[in-house]
Amino acid sequence: MNTFLQHLLNGIATGSIYALLALGYTMVYGVLKLINFAHSEIFMVGAFTGYYAAHALGLASNPSLLGAATVMLISMTVCGLLGFLNERIAYRPLRTAPRITSLITAMGVSLFLQYGGQMVFGPDPKFFPQVFPKSNLQLGGVVTTNYQLFVVAVAIALMAGLQWIVYRTRFGKAMRAVSHNFEMASLMGIPTDRIISMTFVLGSVLAAAAGNLYGLVYPRIDPLMGVFPGLKAFVAAVLGGIGNVPGAMLGGMLIGLVEEYAVAIDPWAWGALHVHVGRFKDAIVFAILVAILVFRPSGLLGRYEPEKV
Amino acid sequence: MARRLALGALLIGCAALLDALLPRLLDPYMFQILIYIGINITLAVSLNLVNGITGQFSIGHAGFMAIGAYVSAYITYFFGPGLATATPSGGPPPGIAGEFVLFGALLAGGLAAAGAGWVVGLPSLRLKGDYLAIVTLGFGEIIRVLILNIETVGGARGFAGVPPLQKFSPVRGFFWVFLLAVATVIVSVRLVNSSYGRAMLAVREDEVAAEASGVNTTQTKVGAFVVGAFFAGMAGGLLGHYLQYLNPAMFTFVKSFEILIMVVLGGMGSITGSVLAAAIMTILPEALRGVKDYTPHNIDPRMVLFSLLLIVLMLTRPTGLLGHREIWDVVPWRRRRHPAGPNSGGAA
Repeated sequence: MNTFLQHLLNGIATGSIYALLALGYTMVYGVLKLINFAHSEIFMVGAFTGYYAAHALGLASNPSLLGAATVMLISMTVCGLLGFLNERIAYRPLRTAPRITSLITAMGVSLFLQYGGQMVFGPDPKFFPQVFPKSNLQLGGVVTTNYQLFVVAVAIALMAGLQWIVYRTRFGKAMRAVSHNFEMASLMGIPTDRIISMTFVLGSVLAAAAGNLYGLVYPRIDPLMGVFPGLKAFVAAVLGGIGNVPGAMLGGMLIGLVEEYAVAIDPWAWGALHVHVGRFKDAIVFAILVAILVFRPSGLLGRYEPEKV
Repeated sequence: MARRLALGALLIGCAALLDALLPRLLDPYMFQILIYIGINITLAVSLNLVNGITGQFSIGHAGFMAIGAYVSAYITYFFGPGLATATPSGGPPPGIAGEFVLFGALLAGGLAAAGAGWVVGLPSLRLKGDYLAIVTLGFGEIIRVLILNIETVGGARGFAGVPPLQKFSPVRGFFWVFLLAVATVIVSVRLVNSSYGRAMLAVREDEVAAEASGVNTTQTKVGAFVVGAFFAGMAGGLLGHYLQYLNPAMFTFVKSFEILIMVVLGGMGSITGSVLAAAIMTILPEALRGVKDYTPHNIDPRMVLFSLLLIVLMLTRPTGLLGHREIWDVVPWRRRRHPAGPNSGGAA
C-alpha cells in the first residue's frame, strides 16, 4: 500500500508538470486549431532561463525560497515574450494559409529553437541548481521531498489562476469566444489578434513555470530536453479533450500516473511472459494517443462535434 | 511488353556500368555523397506519395525506414551466408546468387514496412491534418522504442556487423541505390498518371467530393501509405547494408523531419521536385561542413539552417520550389502549348 501511495505521489508530481505544459497546447489549439510544436521548446528555454537566472542571482550557493520565486518570474517573463514573438513572426502571417502550412512552420520553429539552443546554450547537459534548500519529508509511510510538494503546490496554484482567468475575466471570456467561433467572435468586436497573442503569452508563461519545476525534479537539462515532455503533454491534451482546459489538467495527471506505474510494475510477468514494461513507457503513452484518436477523438472531457462540410 | 523489358535491361545495364565506372572517376567522398543522394531521393519521393500526392500528412517515415532496415539486415546477417551458398540446382548461377539473397532481403524489408504502413494508414481513415501527423509521429516513435528493446538486433547498442553490400555481390552498393531510386521515381510517376493516382489527387483536392464521385477514399489513402512505406523500407535496408551498422537513434523523428523538409522544399506533389530537393538537401550540408568551425560550440549548423529554411519557405513560398508541377512542366524547351492542370506532367 505504501509503495502504491509513493508511486501515486511521484506520478502526480510528474503529471502536474505535464498538465501545465498540456494547458499551453490545448489553449493554442483552441483558438488557432494549430499544434504548436514550438511549445516544448519554450518549456526548454524556460528551464535554461531559470538556470542562468539562478546563477546570476547567486542562488546556487545561497538558496532561498524567495530567490526561487524570483527565478521563476524572470523565466516566465522571458518565455512570455518569446511566445509572443513566436506567434507574431511565424504564425500570424500564416493565419489565412492552409493549416498544414502553419503546422510545418511550427515544426520549423521547434527545430530552430532546439538546434539554435544547442548553439547558444551548448549541447552538453547542464545541472539545474537547487534554488532553495532541499529536504526529505516523511508523510505517513511515504517518503517525499519538499521539491515534489513545491512542484505540486505551484502547479495547482497556477492552474487555479488559469481557471480564474479563463472563466472569470473579460479576457477569458473573449478567449473562449474566439475558440468557439473565430469569425463570429471577430464580428462581435473581439480583438482576435490581441486575444491570440495573449493566449500564446499565457501558454508560454505556464510552459516556463513547467520548465523550472521540471528542472527542480530532474536537474539534468539540455537543449533537446523539451521534446519528450512536450510530446507527452500533447498526448495529455488530446487525452483530456483538446481545447478543453480542465481536460488538459486531467490528461496531464493521467499520463504522469501511467508512466510512473509502468515503471513501478516492471518487470511484469504473466505466465511465461516477462515484459520490462518500464522500458516501453514512451511507447505506451503513444499507444494511448493512437487509441484515443481512433476510438474517442474528442478526448475524455471533450464534446463530440460532427464535422460539417 | 518487349519494349519495357528492353528498357528494364537497359536500366540494369546502366546501373552496372555506372557502378563499375563511377568509383574510378570520382573520389570515395563524392561517391558516398552520390549514394546518399540516391537513398534520400527514394525516401523523399516515397514520402511525397503520401504527403504531396494524396494530401495526407505523415511524419513517421523514419519508422518505416527502421523496419525495412532491421528486417533486411536481420535476414542477411543471420541467414544470408547460408542462403547464398545453398543454391538449389536450377537456381541462379553461384556468381550472382548473393544478389538474389540481398534483393530478397531488401524486398522482405520493404514488405514488412509496407505492412506497417497498412497499420499506420488505418487511422488515417478517421483522422486528417495535424491529428494524423501526430499519430504517424507516435507510430514512428513506437516502432523505434520496440526496436530499442529487441536484444537480438542489438537494442540500444545498435546492430553492428550488418553484411556490406559487396559481400553478396560483384557490384557495389551504387548499383542497388541507383536502381531503387530510379524505380521509385518511375513507379511514382506512372502511379500518379494511372487511375489510382488520379484517385489520390482527388482525395488531396477534396476528400468529400472524391468520395461522392465514387473514389474509394479508404483504399486510396491506405494504398498511398503502403506504397510509400514499401519504398522507405527498401531505402532503409540499403542504408543499413551500406553503413554496415544500424542504431535506433538513426530513426528518430528528426530523420522524419529531414525527409519532410525535402518534400516541402521540392514542392508537395511534385515528384521531380522531391528528387531535386533530395539532391540539394544532401549536398548543402556537405558544402557547409566547414562552417562548423565558426559556429558557437562547434555545432553542426545543418539543422539550424534547415529549420530556418523551412520557416522562410513557409512564409514566402509555401508551394516549395516546383509546387504541384514537374520539371518537364517548367523547363522552357518542353513547356506545353496548352498548359494542363497541376500534376498532369509525366505522360509526355
